[in-house]
Amino acid sequence: MSGAAQSLGVEQQVWQLLAAVPDPEIPVVSIVDLGIVRYVRRDSVGRLHVGITPTYSGCPATAVIRSATRAALDAAGHADALLEEVLAPAWSSDWVTPAGHARLAAFGIAPPAAGPARCPRCGSAATERISEFGSTPCKAHYRCTECREPFDRFKCI
Amino acid sequence: MSAGSAAAVRRDRALGEALFRYVLRLADTSLVLGQRLGEWVGHAPVLEEDLGLANLALDLIGQARLLLTYAGEIEGKGRDEDALAYLRDAPEFLNLTLAEQPNGDFAHTIVRQWLIDAWQLEIYSDLAGSSDERLAAIAAKALKETRYHHRFSSGWLARLGDGTAESRGRTQAALDSLWRFTAELFAADEVDERMAAAGIAAPLVPAAERWSARVAADLGAATLALPAPQAHPWYGKRGVHTEHLGHLLGEMQHLQRTYPGVRW
Repeated sequence: MSGAAQSLGVEQQVWQLLAAVPDPEIPVVSIVDLGIVRYVRRDSVGRLHVGITPTYSGCPATAVIRSATRAALDAAGHADALLEEVLAPAWSSDWVTPAGHARLAAFGIAPPAAGPARCPRCGSAATERISEFGSTPCKAHYRCTECREPFDRFKCI
Repeated sequence: MSAGSAAAVRRDRALGEALFRYVLRLADTSLVLGQRLGEWVGHAPVLEEDLGLANLALDLIGQARLLLTYAGEIEGKGRDEDALAYLRDAPEFLNLTLAEQPNGDFAHTIVRQWLIDAWQLEIYSDLAGSSDERLAAIAAKALKETRYHHRFSSGWLARLGDGTAESRGRTQAALDSLWRFTAELFAADEVDERMAAAGIAAPLVPAAERWSARVAADLGAATLALPAPQAHPWYGKRGVHTEHLGHLLGEMQHLQRTYPGVRW
């Protein structure tokens, strides 16, 4: 019983550890906020398995995220943990956590919510899309017709 | 790969070779189209579309990497994604001939993109249910990106087609000149038939019908005319290419060919 409690503790510690690994392109959010970390679990012999998934097939941040995750695990004494890349089910913007939504909005990026994009500066829903694509693969380019500020919106896929 | 199809491929050498070629066709189409789109970087009509085309290229090259890695594993001769991308010559590339066609003007690029987006939509939605788990996972992921690409390309098709006399004329001309390359998209050969028989890919006839319906609807929204079917002497899927591919590969492979094994 104490062994089970201990193993739960390690998994929670690793989740906390990974919640401090920033996304390389939008460093205000972590890889946990973005739903990139899929699981942290221990197998029957006690070995730690960490599953991460790429957001977009061609996202240049994927390799950086993999090495940053590896480095964070190693630095915390989990050098024996297996880092596994998971393709299925495919990543979805629905996996961005509520905390991730709040951090994106505070940073000036409209989070991937259903309905019209809200201006992250003035909160208006009177916005228009300028382009399907933005400065990174995960964002589109919008403009607020109320306060006239341009902004990025996290793409919904 | 699922345990079932991995075992089947080990048992059946011919099936393994067909699967290798099938995956290369998908991979090479994405890679070559991604390389073409990359040529627009710094040259697109406006900054937003420059970013848009670069983002499409990134997704396509990302899909190509997943597929090439898998192809190398199926082949089992130790070739990784880089060996397959940089060290094969044109006759070994199995991309659709349409993907290698030059960028031309913006209308040309949009029409080429839209035709291939619509093709990938049907191919990937069928493959998402493949008996080959690895292909199914890659396809399910790529499908989400392809839906987004099609929204972009069909949106531009409508704006250009239903735009000014100039944009309309250029878009119809692009469509008329590229249409002959669509004959190849759903022309099944022995590789496709073997994939369908093994439950790895779906038969191409229903996919072709869905593609035609979507293309007709998009063209209607763009007020453009559907060209008549045209004869098509090329067969990129079998490694028979237009001369454009050689030039594209010359640029793409230059560094690895000149300095084999060079690393950053």
